[in-house]
Amino acid sequence: MNIATRVLLELQETTLLAARAARGLFKRPRYIPETIAQMDAIGVGSLTIIILTGFFTGAVLTLQTYPTLKYYGAQQTTGYLVALSLIRELGPVLSALMVTGRVGSAISAELGSMNVSQQIDAMRALGTDPVRKLVTPRIIALFITLPLLTVVADVVGIFGGWAVAAGLYGMFSDEFFNSVRDGITTDDIVGGIIKPMVFALIIGTIACYKGLNTEGGTVGVGRSTTRSVVTASIVVIIADFFLARALQYILNMPT
Amino acid sequence: MASTDIEVPQQAPPLPEIDNQVSEDAAESTFAEVDDRERAIPAIEFRDVHLAFDDREVLNGLSFKVMKGETKIILGGSGCGKSTTIKLVLGLLKPDSGQILVDGEDITYYTEVEMMRVRKKIGMIFQEGALFDSLSVYDNVAFRLHEQGVPEEEVEPEVRRMLRFVNLEDAIDKMPIELSGGMRRRVGIARALVGDPKIVMFDEPTAGLDPPTARTICELAMKLRDLEDVSSIFVTHEMNNLHYLSSEYAVVNDAGDVVFEKEGERLCLINTKVLMLRDGQSIFHGTDEALQKAEDPYIQKFLRGH
Repeated sequence: MNIATRVLLELQETTLLAARAARGLFKRPRYIPETIAQMDAIGVGSLTIIILTGFFTGAVLTLQTYPTLKYYGAQQTTGYLVALSLIRELGPVLSALMVTGRVGSAISAELGSMNVSQQIDAMRALGTDPVRKLVTPRIIALFITLPLLTVVADVVGIFGGWAVAAGLYGMFSDEFFNSVRDGITTDDIVGGIIKPMVFALIIGTIACYKGLNTEGGTVGVGRSTTRSVVTASIVVIIADFFLARALQYILNMPT
Repeated sequence: MASTDIEVPQQAPPLPEIDNQVSEDAAESTFAEVDDRERAIPAIEFRDVHLAFDDREVLNGLSFKVMKGETKIILGGSGCGKSTTIKLVLGLLKPDSGQILVDGEDITYYTEVEMMRVRKKIGMIFQEGALFDSLSVYDNVAFRLHEQGVPEEEVEPEVRRMLRFVNLEDAIDKMPIELSGGMRRRVGIARALVGDPKIVMFDEPTAGLDPPTARTICELAMKLRDLEDVSSIFVTHEMNNLHYLSSEYAVVNDAGDVVFEKEGERLCLINTKVLMLRDGQSIFHGTDEALQKAEDPYIQKFLRGH
């Protein structure tokens, strides 16, 4: 099989898995306790790394852009620039990448080891559909928590930016936050929340697909975990470009 | 699809020869007639099943029947299609061609949703137990009941009954990681037997176990066969399993305990047949005695190990 056929085949299989997972939503039994447990593991569990990433991203943005803006005499727009970059791009993308690394890998490894130790087969033999029991709760949990995590990253990032602006460059806090408030529109925020929803579907589906298709023992688990993280990260970054363009079009943003 | 419908015995087929040979009185007193006709439908039937993974032929025209209450021991070297056979019965794999019937029902082209109903009738014991690592022994055994939404007050007595059957009631609150290999296997058996399935598959249940533990697993299989009237497929490549299962049977003695008696101590028919596979084909089918006398050099080598 050449590489193009393989990519198409994987795309088809992943899409089918997502469709089956979506069908699981509308049928009983609904695995609500599983979904809540996953939301706890994925959402609450990722809070620390998201806060750290968000804070220092915002901080470094101010650190690097303030001197340039000052050169052009536009240092009062620092808050606007930091918030815009975070809300539109860095918040969604960095959160998605962090969650891919932490959660995507864990999902692939868990489902992968369940597969190689025949636990998935055992589940089917006991009359339970593993897609509905394992895949749907994970994708739903990601779909709900990733936008929330992104919002946290955005807010903490803006504070990180303020900390550097006020602490290092001696900017007035009012000046910083006013430029944030004046610059950011509702469309920016809506776009910044739609993106992580799409990313959540991408990460969840790819991680579950790679996990459930693990072959070849413990080595296979390692391989499918790596592939899941690499594939999901690349797809997130590629999808980000097309989403950004689509959102510009849909929300009539000035181009 | 139409042709498959014709071959499935919709009506109860005529009574098999063997029942006529038993003295009339015995036959009448043992089974009611309806029961008898029911029993003539094989629990599991394979008809010319072919399956290949990529270029490798795993099953090459395999046909066999497992009658009600019969234990079919499937022997064969590694990679000859033993485990594949079991997975086909459960619909975990689908054959390339041929037919598979469970209780006279053609499951070959069943979808995953339709298979879920069939799987309720079948218990499956996996090679290493395949317990869910994240769940305790109790939750593992209760898995099927929890999934069906059975109320907790009905789940607990059933779980305890099953764990008592495999003699592991003490381990009820442990996690799978704390159990030894043999205990994991026994929990796997308890889990498979919840809901009293009439068909049970054993996939190398004694592989890697010490002889006394392996013996207890075989005793469980004999109890199921002789006391619970379960039809089973017992995949193995260990000759002592074959010896136990085809020379002993379980009875309940006067004190109410289950004891195992050797063949010959009392008149009985041990309902166990051996099926030997090689390269995805059946090369022998019959009783243990006939297997020992078979002249095929491969079978002789398999039995004696050289």
